[in-house]
Amino acid sequence: MISNSIKNESNGPYAIEIKNLKKIYNGDVKALDGVSFNVKKGECFGFIGPNGAGKTTTINILCGLIKPTEGSGRIEGLDVDKNEKKVKELIGVCPQDPAVLKFLNAKENINFFGNLHLLEKKKLKQRTRELLEQFDLLDVSKRKVKGYSGGMIRRLNLIIALINDPNIIFLDEPTVGMDALARRATWNFLADLKTHAKTIFLTTHYLEELEKLSDRVGIIDYGKLIELGTPQELMRKYDVSNLEDVFIKITGRRIKEEA
Amino acid sequence: MRELKRQRIMAIVIMELKKLYREPALLFMLLLFPAVMTVSFGLAFGAIGAGETRYNIGIVNFDSGTYPQASQYFIGNLTDTGLFNQPLMYTSNATADNDLIQGKIDAIIIIPSNFGESWKSFRDYPTNQSAWINTTIALKVDSASIFAISAIPPVVQRALLMTLLGESAISTPLPIQIANPSLISATQFTQFDYMAPGLFVFAGIFLIMTVAQSFTGDREGGILKRINTTPTSSSEFITSNVLSNMIVAIIQVIVVFAIMFLLGYHPLGGSIGIVMAFLLMIIFSLCSVGLGLIIASVAKSGGTATGLAFLFILPQIFFATFVPIGDLGTVIGRFLPAYYVTDVLTSLFLRGAPITSSNILMDFSILITISIILLILGIIIFKKYGNK
Repeated sequence: MISNSIKNESNGPYAIEIKNLKKIYNGDVKALDGVSFNVKKGECFGFIGPNGAGKTTTINILCGLIKPTEGSGRIEGLDVDKNEKKVKELIGVCPQDPAVLKFLNAKENINFFGNLHLLEKKKLKQRTRELLEQFDLLDVSKRKVKGYSGGMIRRLNLIIALINDPNIIFLDEPTVGMDALARRATWNFLADLKTHAKTIFLTTHYLEELEKLSDRVGIIDYGKLIELGTPQELMRKYDVSNLEDVFIKITGRRIKEEA
Repeated sequence: MRELKRQRIMAIVIMELKKLYREPALLFMLLLFPAVMTVSFGLAFGAIGAGETRYNIGIVNFDSGTYPQASQYFIGNLTDTGLFNQPLMYTSNATADNDLIQGKIDAIIIIPSNFGESWKSFRDYPTNQSAWINTTIALKVDSASIFAISAIPPVVQRALLMTLLGESAISTPLPIQIANPSLISATQFTQFDYMAPGLFVFAGIFLIMTVAQSFTGDREGGILKRINTTPTSSSEFITSNVLSNMIVAIIQVIVVFAIMFLLGYHPLGGSIGIVMAFLLMIIFSLCSVGLGLIIASVAKSGGTATGLAFLFILPQIFFATFVPIGDLGTVIGRFLPAYYVTDVLTSLFLRGAPITSSNILMDFSILITISIILLILGIIIFKKYGNK
């Protein structure tokens, strides 16, 4: 069902390379403070951190939405800053807040974004049907999105990110607001994506699922990458039994400081 | 400029047009509002409804000299113009003023005591100014009626000329002829005909607001950001929006024309004038997109965009449509793109001027220049500040 329609541009091992990424807003607000790490091709990379830690800023830079103050991001060997258009052909982005056109129905939404990716009519039709079936929206696909529940909108938000069959998928809190059933289906789908050599860059607060799904996890706080490793490595290092405890152990001080 | 992809442009244009007919507020503002407005104005001021409006005038006749027939000629000529009902005669200024203040009459004409002597002196010595007895007719017009202000003074002037020159006022051979007889037919127009050129602008002007609201809404809803994560270039995005708004402008002109014709509107200028109206409104839509982009760059929400849009809409309505304005207003109007649309359409539809006339070509050139400048400015500002 999931294919690799876009050929990998780079023969190197990394899908994403981030070097000394800095982003300063309004002259003094440091959103990112020298973040560096790489994500391998076909890897599911969990990127977690407290709210406002710099996760979305990192994604926005890698998607070419904002420019870094310093440093660089590369997607399949291409510098994001210099190859914006090519990079955007390789990626799919599922934003944290659903961005769908509510006056259109699900099919029209998918078609619209598919056309922006210049998908062939036949392929677009086929892929639309597959994804609508996969996310259980086929029956309501001709109903205006205005009448959808929050969970249905979330699923459509995810479908749009996948319409161009991207090599690298950025998912910013993809399951927030979904009911347990839809969330389970989404996690299963992401697991399926992994088997098709897709690179997944994922931020989420559902750490239990992330622990099962992700190959490696990066933890960011105050704009700095403070931990990087497999879930097992991190759990061993902090002598805890799950990823959530790792997260609390590392970032818990922030809550105390803010209290 | 990067290569523009038709598939992307078509996708955005279709999406924008679907937005228009599926969002009731947009549909109302862009199509139903011009339609309702045209019907209302047409019925109120056009040939089907009120027809040619007649005004009530009061006359205070102080002419008590040896030639009372002069003022009677004048009053007769005023009645013959067809613009006035039978005049009400007053014996004092105060009574007439009182009726004017209460809205019972639209204007007062005060004929001075030496009117007859003045008339006689001109009849006896038409070319000897030193022999004339000069005098002044006082004219007071209801300041609350913009139509009375614009319609009454020139007609009174014409009745006065008829009184002084008799039929020769319009039949005396003159060394200078008016080439286009249709110019004279202006007297048969209804108020609606005078307003029609401004109505087109009125219909199109709200594009500014809807463009600003649309861009602000798309930004608030994350749509702009999401489109930015696709390979769509900003040139493709802007081109699509310009095209979709041009289509809306064409639909607006069709709606306004259709209703106007149904209400008995017969503009001069023929089919070329109609084609020109479409062309002007298409160019005018570029201004609206440019201004809409500037507003969307500044406005943080849809509500703010609506408020800010009125800063650009109201001056254009008041200084560049059918609202009569003084000299200062005309000066201000010349800085507004709508002024040039109204001016060209007035020349075409009311004066029957050919499209090659220098005035029309000049207005047209200025409109194109302003439109391109505003569009480029809008794109630059939106790219820098609006898409964040």
